[in-house]
Amino acid sequence: MRNPLQILQRRLPGRRETRTDGGTASASTADGGESFLSRDSVRSAPFWLPPTLLIGVFVYGAIGWNVLLSLTDFTGLGTPDYGSLDFENYVVAFQGGTPSWSELTVDPIWNSLGNTVVLVVGFAAVCLALGLLLAILVDQEIRFENTFRTIYLLPMSLSFVVTAKFWLYMYNPQTGLINIALGAVGIGPVEIVQNPDLKLAAIAFALVWQFSGYAMVVYLAGLRAIPDSHFEAARVDGASTVKMYWRVIIPQLRTATVSALVVLTVFALKAFDFLFSMYGYQPGPSADILATRMVREAYSNGNWAYGSAIAVVLFLMALAIVSPYIYSQYKRGAL
Amino acid sequence: MSFGTSTDEETETGPGYPLRRIVLYVTLVAMAAFYLIPIETGIMTSLTNPSSYSGQFPYLPPLEPLLSGTGEFSLQPWQNAVDLLGQGLVNSAILVIPATILSGLLGSMAAYGLTTVSWRGQIAVYVTFVAGIFIPYQAVLVPLTQFWYNVVPLRTAFQPVTVLPFVQGYHWKLVALIVTHTAYGLPICTLLFRAHYKKLSDEMIEAARLDGASIYRIYRRIILPLSVPMFAVVFIYQFTQIWNDLLFALTIIQFGDASVVTQELVGLGVSQSGTNFPLRMAGALVAALPTLLVYVLFGEKFAKGVAA
Repeated sequence: MRNPLQILQRRLPGRRETRTDGGTASASTADGGESFLSRDSVRSAPFWLPPTLLIGVFVYGAIGWNVLLSLTDFTGLGTPDYGSLDFENYVVAFQGGTPSWSELTVDPIWNSLGNTVVLVVGFAAVCLALGLLLAILVDQEIRFENTFRTIYLLPMSLSFVVTAKFWLYMYNPQTGLINIALGAVGIGPVEIVQNPDLKLAAIAFALVWQFSGYAMVVYLAGLRAIPDSHFEAARVDGASTVKMYWRVIIPQLRTATVSALVVLTVFALKAFDFLFSMYGYQPGPSADILATRMVREAYSNGNWAYGSAIAVVLFLMALAIVSPYIYSQYKRGAL
Repeated sequence: MSFGTSTDEETETGPGYPLRRIVLYVTLVAMAAFYLIPIETGIMTSLTNPSSYSGQFPYLPPLEPLLSGTGEFSLQPWQNAVDLLGQGLVNSAILVIPATILSGLLGSMAAYGLTTVSWRGQIAVYVTFVAGIFIPYQAVLVPLTQFWYNVVPLRTAFQPVTVLPFVQGYHWKLVALIVTHTAYGLPICTLLFRAHYKKLSDEMIEAARLDGASIYRIYRRIILPLSVPMFAVVFIYQFTQIWNDLLFALTIIQFGDASVVTQELVGLGVSQSGTNFPLRMAGALVAALPTLLVYVLFGEKFAKGVAA
């Protein structure tokens, strides 16, 4: 009886398994290679050095360069002038006003910052709740489990651009399925995509459609890692199913929640592709997020330096979310 | 596959048991419908003749003479979509194949050098890799555009290569995009391979070392053959990511002949006379087909990639 379950656990993406195994493996190899340390690092350099250089240049070099660019007044065509560096772009970003590189007033980023936070929090919360619910349902030893899992994860294989096309159609006032369904219960056609009150919710909903399957996969792996005895003990104690999940099982899914949350947040911060496919460069003030604002300032308005400054703010937000996560992973020896 | 597990469930017979199972399956099917309906509606609409499309029943198959209001069946939207997206599909293929292989191969090498061969400080190098997964790409866009357009003279350096058959002048942009995707795909590839390599037995590597095998030989003869299943996971994941990307294409290719399929899809089916929904849906499905196909064929491996 134990055996098929174990096989199933092994076939599933086993997060828990990797960590415990990996921790011991890296510890033992570190002891073993002590005397060859310097030689091994050099001799294996052909393997790790080229990728490291590539990442060094493209990721860290580019981020550094971006910070530098954000201190310049670079606009339009031509090359940036690194001679006079100042924090003007950041002042403008947070207070608005007319910067020295423009004759027009530039809006501060508070609006898009607020939209970003609302979108990320709303999207992540709904995604996690739905993902957890699906994972619990799928974990009830159901028939056709693989088919259901495959269907739930299917939208994740699609491009943001494709998802945007599908949902533009779903939301269409005349021919969209949402409005046809609303019409069936007597609610007149509602403008969704261009409606300032509904835009952000509509975007979040479409993103939930695309990514809740991911939350399910992570939670399912978490559920399968909990020993059967915990379920049985709760049952013996006479706990109802709801109580068992709420008191015993869900608290044990903290790790799964945190890792799913971090990844979903990063997805939401990257939602640019989706918004661009729906609205082009102009999502309008009620749906403008930092990612779209940055690309619009740089690539549509030619305010390269100002775009870089917005990118730095976005980067710092991502860093604030991700670095505690990476640090805790490192502390646990899970890296 | 998982049918076997439902047997021990059958011993459980309470009074509310069948009802609970019914509610469970109804919910599961309803959720499946939620995920499938936008795609199903898209397929049905894409098979409708645009001139007979009314939009009354977008979710029904186009059976006009039989069912009025559903439109006539036609493959014309698909033909038009393939014609209009053809160049983009070719460019995407030129981009995605080398970029996937390169990032997978380099990721495997990096993971080997940072895991199987063990040395002090490798964790620090590895942490910089992992952090790279979570970077919002906005933070590198302006430097990237500067780099490819103003710093690296790739455009002129690429000119001599254009004498080769099939190589066009604008392909330099695709080369730039291949390198970019390789670099930003490396962190996740390395992470996936490292998780795999940590599980390999140390004794085997140790034995090979004692036999005098070089680091290069251990990689080629032991690690690489054992990496085949992980290469499948990584290739599938990277293929999907790179094929689906819009942001890098938009900022590095910008516009012109080198545009990839996602760029071309953005403006497809919108004209002054209104929105051609059958064409739009056909276009979306054509652009999604390669990743959908990969997903349907190798769904388990894709799930493994995203869960890591």
